[in-house]
Amino acid sequence: MKKVMIGNHAVAWGVRLARVEVISAYPITPQTQVVEKLSEMCADGTLAARFIKVESEHSAMAAVIGASATGVRTFTASSSHGLLYMHEMLHWAAGGRLPIVMVDVNRAIGPGWNIWTDQNDSLSQRDTGWVQLYCETNQEVLDTTVMAFKLAEQLSVPVMVNLDGFYLSHTAEPVDVPDQELVDRFLPKREAPYKLDTENPRAFGALVRPDAYMEMRWLQQESLQQVPQALAAIEGDWQRMFGRSYGAVEAYRAEGAELLLVTSGSVTSTARAVVDARRAAGEAIGLLKVKMFRPFPTALLRDALRGVPRVAVLDRNISPGHGGIFAEELRSALYDLSDAERPELFGYVLGLGGRDITPTVIDGIIEQARAGIAPGREDLWVGVNP
Amino acid sequence: MSQLRINECIPSGDLLTPGHLACPGCAAPLAMKLALNTLGSDTVVVMPACCYTIIAGPWPQSSLQVPVYHTAFATGPAVASGVRAALDMQGKHDTTVMVWVGDGGTFDIGLQSLSGAAERNENILYVCYDNEAYMNTGIQRSSATPWGAWTTTTPAQFPEASNKKDILAIMAAHNIPYAASATPAYPVDFVEKVTKAKAMRGTRFLHVLSPCPPGWKCGDDEGLELARMAVQNRVFPIVEVEDGQRWRLTMDHAGDAVEPYLRRQGRFRHLNGEQVTHIQADIDARWEQLLRRVESSGGEVPRAPALAGARA
Repeated sequence: MKKVMIGNHAVAWGVRLARVEVISAYPITPQTQVVEKLSEMCADGTLAARFIKVESEHSAMAAVIGASATGVRTFTASSSHGLLYMHEMLHWAAGGRLPIVMVDVNRAIGPGWNIWTDQNDSLSQRDTGWVQLYCETNQEVLDTTVMAFKLAEQLSVPVMVNLDGFYLSHTAEPVDVPDQELVDRFLPKREAPYKLDTENPRAFGALVRPDAYMEMRWLQQESLQQVPQALAAIEGDWQRMFGRSYGAVEAYRAEGAELLLVTSGSVTSTARAVVDARRAAGEAIGLLKVKMFRPFPTALLRDALRGVPRVAVLDRNISPGHGGIFAEELRSALYDLSDAERPELFGYVLGLGGRDITPTVIDGIIEQARAGIAPGREDLWVGVNP
Repeated sequence: MSQLRINECIPSGDLLTPGHLACPGCAAPLAMKLALNTLGSDTVVVMPACCYTIIAGPWPQSSLQVPVYHTAFATGPAVASGVRAALDMQGKHDTTVMVWVGDGGTFDIGLQSLSGAAERNENILYVCYDNEAYMNTGIQRSSATPWGAWTTTTPAQFPEASNKKDILAIMAAHNIPYAASATPAYPVDFVEKVTKAKAMRGTRFLHVLSPCPPGWKCGDDEGLELARMAVQNRVFPIVEVEDGQRWRLTMDHAGDAVEPYLRRQGRFRHLNGEQVTHIQADIDARWEQLLRRVESSGGEVPRAPALAGARA
């Protein structure tokens, strides 16, 4: 069934199809329509879930932690400062091995107040132990939301699905809504191996001394390292049942490219159009879309970039005092390639706080990366008016 | 009160095992034992950071024979809301969800979360065991620390300068079904309140005075006696409030002078006569305010003479 819907409603549809049982959330622009649509679905009975309307994002994450620890499927959504306010509990969810799925609508951080998109909110949650997936289209948002539950529950890791504020959250696109019966077959009711159960009383999250804490973190790391493979298998199932898949990393028209653009999120669509135009003009320009940021898909990226002469990374984010975050992580991932195989990596910081990234901007980056004698030590800021 | 009466009224049980890690003389395990044995095994405990995080025992052990979810400092009521929702989704409507947390987690860092849960009238029992400071971190003042008290962040030269927050009135103002104060030093009253709260639905709040010998600087064997003194001198009135409207005193309060109570605790040792007089005046004023609340809500009020006269 095709419906025209905004990205935020695609999220809500994904949650509905996943038959989430407890939702807790707090409103923040540009995530609010997720909360509104889910409230509507709970009220009209199309989604049989309890919706806890809490007084803060910190409590929203805490509430889904409590519900998830009791064995049910849970969901929350936030953005920007709301996500930052959850930070402590993001760690608690991941350390507690709870398969919570959340959506973050990417939005810049104040001050000054800015409701428009960039990735600094989610990327600054890098080390909380959450899987992070970045979406390009509303269809991908819906599909990824459902698949995220399967991934989370399989490995007992929480998953954060990201979509760009306004470019996806408020933009309507045709979205195929999968059949509920098929989704039920794809994603059966959650069976929690451990839960708060008065028939089998256990304590969770108690004091752990140095003789065991490290093993808990090691087990968490072991699970996270299984994510790329697990997601590939889950996407395989999704492909067979619904005819769509995305990949943790997707190479687009990358064959024989002398320059590969590396993107994440909605700017990927713009970059595809630019690549198409360049290819039509006979230029060897390709694209690599990075959907998965955590765990960082190092092996996939090495394979995709091995031997490519030049790479231009577009970062809609900044690690202040360092550089674009995808570029920095990619440099680290490519370090172990031999000199002959390692691409020259040009980093670009752009589009912060919702500044538009147009085909012209991307064309400029292509020209700059081609003309550059060698990558600079620091990423270039694109379009800054000094 | 006779021992016979206590044996009749105090449920036995083994939901709290020996081997917990409380300091000698800590009243919190006694409160926990009374609460758990009253509530029974169909209870889930949500425990934000507090002394009991330690007392309950480190992984892989637990001195509580019910499910426990340890959680971050500010999150007890929110986590409990989630546990409640999930239990309800599983049809387990009769399971009690109890938040067990100290004064810091209630009066300070957890107040927003508590207010949110109370406003939503979440079906949870919230127990604050109040030892009047951040004892687990080494006796730092909280907004439950009484005026004039020494703590490691309110040294004797500059003792606590704020009055203790009136948490019961704050919770009653949310018009929740039940808000009450109690102390394990009066176990029959304590158990009656837990029993009453268990039978109710919605947010139930219990404020428990829980003496802490290392923090109060008293002997290990003095805590419960001090708690009884705190009730009788009206430092800690024993009341209950239904629906935020009906205030009731559930015990007699003799109206003893506060000074002997203060003098037996090292945390008040530095106080001079003027400061003791100030504390007494504050207690009297708050007692008057409480009586007005009781009276205006139709409750019975002990006749006034007891006030100053009792101490004369």
